[in-house]
Amino acid sequence: MQSSRFDSPLTPYFLLLPQMAIIAIFFLWPAAEAIWSSFFLEDPFFGTRTFVGLENYFEALTSADYRRAAWFTAIFTLIVALGSLALGMWLAVAADNVLRGRSAYKTVLMWVYAIAPPVAGLIGVMLFDQHIGPLVDFVGLFGHKMKVGVNWWDTAIAMMIVATWKQIPYNFIFVLSGLQSIPNSVREAAAIDCRSSVRRFWTVIFPLLAPTTFFLLVINITYALFETFGIIDLMVKGEPGNNPKTLVYKVFLDGFRGNDLGGSSAQSVILMILVLVLTIAQFRLLERRIHYK
Amino acid sequence: MDRRTFLAVSAATAAGTLPGISMVKAASPVEIQWWHAMGGKLGEVVNEISTRFNASQDAEKITPVYKGGYEDTLTATIAAFRAGEHPNISQVFDAGAATIIAAKGAVVAAEDLLAEAGVAFDPNDYIEGVRYFYADSNGKMIGMPFNSSTPIMYYNEEALKKAGVTPPKTWEEFEEVTAPALKKAGYVPMCQSHLPWIFTENFHSRHNLQFATNNNGFDGVKGTKILVNNPHMRMHFSRFKNWIDNGLFGYYGTGWGDNQAAFEKGEAAMWLGSSGSFGGLLKSTNFPFSATFLPYWKKVTEKPYRTFIGGAALFALSRKPAEENKATADFFKFLSSPEIQYYWHKETGYVPITNAAYELAKKDGHYERFPAAEIGIKQLNDRPGKWTRGYRLGYYVQIRDVMNREYGRIISGETDVDTAFATIEKEANALLDKFARTVGG
Repeated sequence: MQSSRFDSPLTPYFLLLPQMAIIAIFFLWPAAEAIWSSFFLEDPFFGTRTFVGLENYFEALTSADYRRAAWFTAIFTLIVALGSLALGMWLAVAADNVLRGRSAYKTVLMWVYAIAPPVAGLIGVMLFDQHIGPLVDFVGLFGHKMKVGVNWWDTAIAMMIVATWKQIPYNFIFVLSGLQSIPNSVREAAAIDCRSSVRRFWTVIFPLLAPTTFFLLVINITYALFETFGIIDLMVKGEPGNNPKTLVYKVFLDGFRGNDLGGSSAQSVILMILVLVLTIAQFRLLERRIHYK
Repeated sequence: MDRRTFLAVSAATAAGTLPGISMVKAASPVEIQWWHAMGGKLGEVVNEISTRFNASQDAEKITPVYKGGYEDTLTATIAAFRAGEHPNISQVFDAGAATIIAAKGAVVAAEDLLAEAGVAFDPNDYIEGVRYFYADSNGKMIGMPFNSSTPIMYYNEEALKKAGVTPPKTWEEFEEVTAPALKKAGYVPMCQSHLPWIFTENFHSRHNLQFATNNNGFDGVKGTKILVNNPHMRMHFSRFKNWIDNGLFGYYGTGWGDNQAAFEKGEAAMWLGSSGSFGGLLKSTNFPFSATFLPYWKKVTEKPYRTFIGGAALFALSRKPAEENKATADFFKFLSSPEIQYYWHKETGYVPITNAAYELAKKDGHYERFPAAEIGIKQLNDRPGKWTRGYRLGYYVQIRDVMNREYGRIISGETDVDTAFATIEKEANALLDKFARTVGG
């Protein structure tokens, strides 16, 4: 590799400045503010603050509602992250094998990605509507009266289905491009060695897709934790009730709906720490097993 | 996402939508802003009222801005207030009233505003039930009642005829006569749209039960405790759960519309909703329906009491120039005029807030055409009791969420009535205490 030098040692820093400024203004400053306000009770109108130490944290972590939300968030994230990855991958492999009309399939499968989360949420609301939802009628054929918004599990499953559905195309696009980067010679060699396409997938294709899969897993977890917010808000119609809620949604409810700024900040700091730990763990544990070319 | 970024962004957006206040000259009208939460058809009526005000004179001009739901409007108002870009008038709903009233100095009391502007004001012009809800403990009106409603019972006339019953006056009658007959006729006998509002707050008012210490919270935020964990409430919810389990009551979740839809589709024969839902129901139903008073338990009170008003009030925010406050006062006066009140009442179903407007509606024959439209106001004028004035509780939006959560858990069988009420009491009191410390009361 050829190395190049800047005329002045300050130039690289200067060039980094815009990016750093964006990070500082939009990420570091708000994060610092959140940490700072998590130690106070704050009057919403005037911003008058009373220092309360760790009370907000203590309150969040000891509340039964918070624990229920944390438990649901864990299940929700796991199922949405793995579900959208598995389905996206399955569809990509299937589309990759199609010879005729390949691009039509691809276009149709990517389409959903262009749907904005609120719209996806609204479609979900309609599909699962207690009175007119077609999916409720469909489940009814099997003798179960699905009551989204009343039954905890029905609501949880409906949320997971809509959130997974929304994320499938993203996984599809990345896996498909990952598949296309696997040389044909490798596939042909594998085909000579083994007749079972399933086995070929697991022993040859899947390991070669590992970097893509790992990337998608990280993205999917972030998606399930943070970006499903709009879908959840729409599906519970802004009224949390006894419906399942994720931790991020709870931060919103307490902060925006309830105007409890300190408590909401403490919860967002807990989330920040959680995501930090999770991301480090993912990179430490999983990335070691992945071989980039 | 971080709250502050959002606040900053929404405040900036808010600032962007403000007209050029600095450019106001002597010749051009004084411009004021009104943030409201009235969407759809209600929003159209709000716009029409504003247009009429602007057309009625040249010196002042009001601009209504729709800010989303009640919670969104309150949050936007708070964010804008902190940024100094707040509107002159903000519409704040019943559950958010404590938040804005406790913020001393954020609001100019409607009564003071009108007095300073030299606009004649007599609290006795307002119907009794409306008069006190947004007032302080001395009875001074802080918020200007605007869209006032109260929970009433709608019923499908065909369904009741088919089952051979009349609308129940008491819960005893409902559970012994009405509900079994309707169930037999193939209906879900009843559903409701808002458990904290209808089965909690107004349950206390209808039976004249104390809802919170410190005079239902009016006398101050410090040390206020909620009193929902009482034998009558536990009895009511035990019966309610029993009705649901036996198909005598339908529950479709916390969403208002999901429950209303069951009535509109003719699945549920009766529905407890808002008197303000009347206008919408006229359009959405294709069967004859009417309305009557909210049932009560005869074993709790021999005769019922009036209910609380729900809905929202208009608050004049402080830190505005005197000439704009004058315009706000003029608008409040215009808004309470009998003609405008009657127009608002007729178009939406919200109750008229002044006696004069009520008289005008009567004189015009509105209630002969739509007897159901009068139920709300009649119920608000029912006999008063010690505890029917209203309530003032901080962090009440969250307390309602706690109630909805625990009620939902009772219905799904995740918890029992006693545990649920103990949880509500504990969490609500913790929130009330936190609110008192937050606003430094």
